[in-house]
Amino acid sequence: MISFSISNRSLLSATLCWLLLISSPLAVQAETAEEKGLAIAVEAHLRDEGFGDYTSDMTMTLRNKQGKESKRAIRGKTLEVADDGDKSLSIFDTPRDVKGTAFLSFSHKVGDDEQWLYLPALKRVKRINSRNKSGSFMGSEFAYEDIASQEVEKYNYKHLREEELGGLLCYVSESYPVDKKNSGYTRRITWLDKEEYRIQKVEYYDRKKSLLKTLTVSGYQQYLGKHWRADDMKMVNHQTGKSTSLHWENYQFNTGLTEVDFNSTSLKRIR
Amino acid sequence: MKRIEDWIGTIIVKYRWIIAPALFLCALLAASGMQFLIFSNDSRMFFSKENPQLQALEDLESTYTKVENVLYILIPKSGNLFENETLAAIEDLTEEAWQIPFSSRIDSLSNYQHTRAFEDDLMVADLIRDAKDLTDEEIAKIKAIALAEPMLLHSLVDPQGSVTAININIIKPDDDTYDIQLVNTAALDLQKKMQDKYPALDVYLTGGVMIDTAFGEAPKRDMKALIPLMFGFLLFLILFSLRSVFATIATFTVIVLSTVTGLGLAGWLGILLTPASANAPVIILTLAVADSIHILVTVFYQMRHGKQKHEAIRESIRVNLQPVFITSVSTAIGFLTMNFSDAPPFRDLGNIVAMGVLAAFVYSVFFMPALMAILPVRVKEQREVKGNRPFAILAEFVIKRRTPIFWTMLTMVILTSSGIARIHLNDEFIKYFDHSYSFRIASDLSAEHLAGMEIIDWDLDSGEEGGINDPAYLKTVENFANWFREQPEVRHVYSITDIMKRLNKNMHGDDPDFYKLPEQRDLAAQYLLLYEMNLPFGLDLNNRINVDKSATRMTVSTPNIGTAGVLSLEHRGRAWLEEHAPAMTTYGSGLTVIFSYISERNIRSMLKGSILALILISLIMIAELKDVKLGLLSLMPNLTPAFMAFGAWGLIVGQVGLAVSVMIAMTLGIVVDDTVHFLSKYQRGRKEHEMSAEDAVRYAFNTVGSAIWVTTLALVGGFTILAFSGFQINSHMGAMTSMTIVFALILDFFFLPTLLLKLEGSK
Repeated sequence: MISFSISNRSLLSATLCWLLLISSPLAVQAETAEEKGLAIAVEAHLRDEGFGDYTSDMTMTLRNKQGKESKRAIRGKTLEVADDGDKSLSIFDTPRDVKGTAFLSFSHKVGDDEQWLYLPALKRVKRINSRNKSGSFMGSEFAYEDIASQEVEKYNYKHLREEELGGLLCYVSESYPVDKKNSGYTRRITWLDKEEYRIQKVEYYDRKKSLLKTLTVSGYQQYLGKHWRADDMKMVNHQTGKSTSLHWENYQFNTGLTEVDFNSTSLKRIR
Repeated sequence: MKRIEDWIGTIIVKYRWIIAPALFLCALLAASGMQFLIFSNDSRMFFSKENPQLQALEDLESTYTKVENVLYILIPKSGNLFENETLAAIEDLTEEAWQIPFSSRIDSLSNYQHTRAFEDDLMVADLIRDAKDLTDEEIAKIKAIALAEPMLLHSLVDPQGSVTAININIIKPDDDTYDIQLVNTAALDLQKKMQDKYPALDVYLTGGVMIDTAFGEAPKRDMKALIPLMFGFLLFLILFSLRSVFATIATFTVIVLSTVTGLGLAGWLGILLTPASANAPVIILTLAVADSIHILVTVFYQMRHGKQKHEAIRESIRVNLQPVFITSVSTAIGFLTMNFSDAPPFRDLGNIVAMGVLAAFVYSVFFMPALMAILPVRVKEQREVKGNRPFAILAEFVIKRRTPIFWTMLTMVILTSSGIARIHLNDEFIKYFDHSYSFRIASDLSAEHLAGMEIIDWDLDSGEEGGINDPAYLKTVENFANWFREQPEVRHVYSITDIMKRLNKNMHGDDPDFYKLPEQRDLAAQYLLLYEMNLPFGLDLNNRINVDKSATRMTVSTPNIGTAGVLSLEHRGRAWLEEHAPAMTTYGSGLTVIFSYISERNIRSMLKGSILALILISLIMIAELKDVKLGLLSLMPNLTPAFMAFGAWGLIVGQVGLAVSVMIAMTLGIVVDDTVHFLSKYQRGRKEHEMSAEDAVRYAFNTVGSAIWVTTLALVGGFTILAFSGFQINSHMGAMTSMTIVFALILDFFFLPTLLLKLEGSK
C-alpha cells in the first residue's frame, strides 16, 4: 500500500547490520559517509520489521497552480513478505468512473517490481509496465517509485549531516537509485529523525539535478507500540506549482490478510 | 512673449560661462540613470496586464502547465529519417535534452509512448529504443507506426519521413530563478554538439525560448548597427548644411546629450528596454537635430548679413524660441499619446522619446547658444545668400503656378490616400525577425514541413468532474478535432480523443475495427487510468487534462498564416462550438491569438490617442499663432501626410501590423514642425513686415526653406536608417514614418503656400 513502511529481512541486510552492530555499539558510527547512510536506512527498516499486515483509508487531494482541487478515495492493504518486498493492494472508491479499480503491486528487493491493474468495466486484470515507475500515480505529484515500498536495496546511500527539522534532530542522507535508467531522479535527500527513524522530509532531484519536488510528512502515530505511520503527506512540485496531499485514517494492524488476498484472482473479488 | 524672447537671448549670452557647464552637468546627472537600463526578453512584453486575451492565456496556463519551448528540427542529408544512425541521433538528443535547464518534458519520435496489445496486456513503451541495434524490419515497422499516428504525423514527423522535430518544454518557475540565457546557451550548445556528432544530419533550433531571446537581442543589434550609422549620417548632413566645424560640434553635443538624457531618465524611472523602445535613441537623435539647425541657420543668416555673433544669437533666439517651443511640445505630445497604446513597449518608446525631445528643446535653446557664444565661430559676410537661392526660385515657381500646383497636389492627396482601402491588418509574428536570426530559418522549415509555430489552444470544459470520459463529450471533441483537420490552413491537431481511440483498439487485441471512441464512460476512464499508470516521468497527460478530469486541452497548429488567418480560424472554431456544443464555447488561446488581437486593439486605442493629439496640437497652433484660420488651415498639411503614407503603404505593401498602429500619433507630432516653422514665418512676414500674402510666402521660403529642407533630410534619413532594422516592427515603423515625412515636406512646400495664396493672396 501507499506508505513509507520500510521492511527488510533479507539475509544480506541483516548480516550487514549485524556487522555494523558489533563493530560499534551505536549502529550509525560507520567509517564512511556511504556506510553510515546505508546503516541508517537499514536501521529504519529494522525498526518497522514485523508489522505483518495492515489496512488503511486514504484521501488523495490533487491541487493545481490555481488552487483548484480534485479528490480521490483509496483503500489500502499491505502485507509484509519474508525475504522480499511488501505486497500491496489499493482499491479506488472515487472518482466514480474508476470505482472498484484495484492496483496490485509486488515490490522486489532486486529487479523490477510487478504491478497489475484490475479494470471493473472490462472485468480484466492488466499488467503494468513497471519500467515506467517514474510516471505520475493517478495524475498526482507522486510517482509510483515514491509510493512503492522503499526497499533498502533499491538505492545507494550517503550520509550528509545531522540537522534539526521541526524540533527534531534528523539524519540527512542522500540516496541514489540503483535503476538509473528508469528512475525519474538522480538523487533524493531524506530527513529521518534520530529518535524514531521516521521520514520527515524528502527532496527529489530530477535528471538535470534540479530540485523537482519536496515531500513533507506529518502526524506520525505509533501502532502496536512499535510501528509509526503518518497521517499526512504533502508533495509539492516546485517546477509546476502543483501539489498533492495524502491523508490517512483508520489504520488497522493484524487484520489477518494472507498471500491469497494479493493475487490476480483476488483482484476480481474486490468490492 | 516678445520680451521673454529678448530677455532669454540676453541672459544666455551674458551668462554663457555658467549656463553651458551647468546644463552639461545636468545632462550627465540624468544620463547616469542609463546604468539601470535593462533589456527585456519576453515576447509577452507586448501585452498589458489588462489585456483580456493575455488573462485567458494565463488562466489556461495555470490550469495545465505554463511552458515555453525549445524545438529542434533534424533533417538527414539522405532525406530518410528511418535509418539506424538518424534514429540513434533522435534517441541521443532526446536523452541529452533532459540536461537543458528548466526542461520539464521532451517529445520526440523515440520517446513517443507507443501502445499495443501484447497477449492480454497493454504494452506501453518508447517507440524507439536502442536504435543502433534495430533491424531493417524493425525500422520499417517503426516508420509505419510513426506515419500512421495522428499524434506524430505533421507534428514530429513529415509525411515523407524526411524531417523530424524534438520538442522540449521549458517550465518557468514563479520565483526569479529563471534565466532564459541559461536555457538558450544550453540549447545552442546541444545543437552544436549534435551537429558535430552527426554530420549526416542538419540540426536546426527554434522555439519560444529562441524567439524570446531574439526579442532581447534585437534592440542590442539595432543599437549596435543603427546608431553608428545614424551618427555618420547626421555628422555628414550637419557639416554639409552648416559648413562650420564648431556648429557641428555644438549640434552634435546637443543631440548626444538629449539622447542620453532621454535614456538616462528612462533608467531612473525603471523603464525596460524592448525592441520597440530601444528605438528611442535613433528617434531622439533624429528629432533633436531639428531644433539646433533652426537656431543655427538663423544665427548664420544674421552673421552673414553683418550682425555680431552675440547679437545674431540673440536675434536667432528671439525669432526661433516660439516655433522651436511649439514644435518640441507638439512632438512630445505626439509621442506621449503613445501611452494610449495597449502594448507597453510603445508606451515606453513614447515616453522616452518625449523626454528626449523636451531635453533637446532645453539644450538647443539654452545650452547650444551659450556654447556657440563661447566657441570662436566665424562666418564670411555675404550679401547674396547662396544657400537660399533654390528656395527663392521655388517660391517664385509656387507663386506663379499656384493654381495648377494646387490642383495637382489635391489630386495627388486623393489618389494616394485612396490606397488606404487596400490596407489589411496582419502580422506574422515569426516574420518580425529577418533571416539574420537563425531561429527564423528553423521556424520556416517547421512551417514548410511540420506543424508550424502558430498555435491555437482550446480549453474544452465538460462542466463536471470526470466529464472528459463521457462518450458524448468525447464525441464532440472528436468532431471538433475533425472539423479543424478539414480546414485547409490547419496542419496538426492534438486531441485526447486520438489516445482514447488507440487505447480502445489496443484493449481489443489491436483490432482495427475498434479504432473508435469507447462507448462507456467508466471504460474510457479506466483505459485512461491504465494508460496514465504506464507513462514514464515527464510524459504524463497533466498538460492535456486538468486535475479533476473535467476539461481537456486541444491544440491546433498552423504554418505561418499570420494574425489575420489565426483570427479567422479562431472565429470559425468558436462559431463551430456555439453551434455544436454551446456549453463548451470558449475562446481559442495562445500567444499567437493574443498577437492576433493586439494590432486591432492597439489601432483602436491609438485612434483615441491620435484624435487627442490632433486636438491638442491644433489648439496649441491656434493659441500660438493667435489666428483660428491659420490654425485650422494647418490641419491640412499636418494630417494628410499620415493618410497619404497609409495609402501609399496600401498600394505598395498592403499588410499593416502592430508596427504602424502607433504611426498617426507619432508622425503627427513630427510633421507638424515644418508647418509651424513655415506658418510662423509667413505670419511674421504678414504682421511684422506688413507684407502681401505673396511676399510673405517668399519670406517664409527664404528664411526657413533651407532649415526645413535640412531637418526633413535628417528626419527622413534617420527613419530610413531605422527601416534597416532586422526587427520588422522597427523597419516598418521607420519606412512608414520616412514616407510620411516626405509627403509632409511636399505638402508644406507646394500645398500649404498655394492654399495660403488661394485664401489670402491677390487675384
